[in-house]
Amino acid sequence: MAPVPIADDLFTWPDDEPRLIGGRCAECGTHVFPLRAGCARCGAAAVERALLSRSGTLWTWTSQGFPPKAPFRGEFAGTDPFEPWLVGVIELPGQLRVESLITGCTQDELEFGMPMRLVTMPFRTDEDGQEIITFAFSPEGADHA
Amino acid sequence: MPDVAIIGVGIHRFGRFPGKPALAMGAEAARDALADAGLTWADMQFAVGGSYEVDQPDAVVAELGLTGVQFTNVYNGCATAGSALALASQTIKLGQHEIGLVLGMDKHESGAFTADPQEYGCPPWYGEMGLFLTTKFFGMKINRYMHDHGITHQTLAEVAAKNYRNGELNPNAHRRKPLTPEQILGSRMVNYPLTQYMFCSPNEGAAALVVCSADVAHRYTDKPIYLRSVVTRTRRFGAFEVHTPSASVAADHVPAPTVDAARAAFEAAGVDPADVQIAQLQDTDAGAEVIHMAEVGLCADGEQNKLIASGATAPGGSLPINTDGGLIANGEPVGASGLRQVRELVLQMRGQAGDRQVAGEPRVGLAQLYGAPGVAAVSILST
Repeated sequence: MAPVPIADDLFTWPDDEPRLIGGRCAECGTHVFPLRAGCARCGAAAVERALLSRSGTLWTWTSQGFPPKAPFRGEFAGTDPFEPWLVGVIELPGQLRVESLITGCTQDELEFGMPMRLVTMPFRTDEDGQEIITFAFSPEGADHA
Repeated sequence: MPDVAIIGVGIHRFGRFPGKPALAMGAEAARDALADAGLTWADMQFAVGGSYEVDQPDAVVAELGLTGVQFTNVYNGCATAGSALALASQTIKLGQHEIGLVLGMDKHESGAFTADPQEYGCPPWYGEMGLFLTTKFFGMKINRYMHDHGITHQTLAEVAAKNYRNGELNPNAHRRKPLTPEQILGSRMVNYPLTQYMFCSPNEGAAALVVCSADVAHRYTDKPIYLRSVVTRTRRFGAFEVHTPSASVAADHVPAPTVDAARAAFEAAGVDPADVQIAQLQDTDAGAEVIHMAEVGLCADGEQNKLIASGATAPGGSLPINTDGGLIANGEPVGASGLRQVRELVLQMRGQAGDRQVAGEPRVGLAQLYGAPGVAAVSILST
């Protein structure tokens, strides 16, 4: 079975160069993510589906040093001993700052403003053996797999 | 002449109390505040109750007495106490009632708060991916703030150490064991750069205030403390806030809701930030106290290293902050947390704070709350 995304209408898939699926307000041009009906800026219910930039820069980051409670379901937390992972905010120029998992690097390699790009990564395997993937950002040029 | 006075303050110690319901703690805090004011529950013409875990805080009447009083329940996240105090203030200003009780109580499970992301306007995948976490937001916010303004890890540790020292002097605090900056920096990394001992914990407790029309305050006390203003605000377009899968770059450098609430509170009070002599700030973590110092207008961004190193925010300093130990030493029962802050301001401004009394009889105090999904409250008090 081919892997499936964690949610519909979240990122383009299958796609060698995945993009997040957001929206753009037909009234004021503002980008939104995730895709929702109303515009965060002007309130118009006129948001149209739009793909976001694949590349951006690291705006901030932190480490995740404990396994979150439900509704968290990521299997990358299942390691023993527990291994922290990285999360951050990626600025997509002219569009949005997006919260994301960070993959393909260590904490020591992170620098504010470094170029990042959207990738997909394994998330969990469901009860039927179906592999589920999600999105993450990885340093530009890093081997995230 | 101010409109609203605080004439009684009460508390049920914050901590862990297995088997004791939140409403029982709320009743004790209410009785403590009424006794402080020299009044009884039957004297209350209205009440406002705030809680996250208790659906109906007004059920406390089973313990206090079924007097038929107007009792309104409010919830507004970590700013719940600000909204409860605002409603009580408005009730008095409108002339509907002259005297009433503001009560907050909670009893949380241990560990970081969680909920259904959809209840906060976030999609299910946001929670499944582990992004629906307040602690990681605070880690990301202070990490960026340190990058922009040169705040050091040592400053974060010194803030937490100060709050544990203050908690040691507070018989109602949850954590009363002092910790050194080295112990704080060396504790488990929770969300970089924030370690375990830099965070507050959700816990249990209750707090209460008796408020009345300023016109009649001297009937009840020689030392009324006046509520000069209380303002709540939510996040604006573009702001980087808790539980926000994305924020627009179209509106850069958007003030946080605390900035907006503080500006409006100062204007309504006719008070300048430079007049503030004591403050209780939302120290969900040590970084939050640092950032909120600047967001409420008590210093410029980046000045915190010097202020904290010099002891300016310690009880003997020029601007004592979180003199009862703040959230770091007291924990956070959400509904009660902001009323604990106001109680501490009142005790300090009356000169009744005991071992932790600050010098110089502060005449103007500020209390600030902030929480998910981007809501803030600021109150300004004066003698």
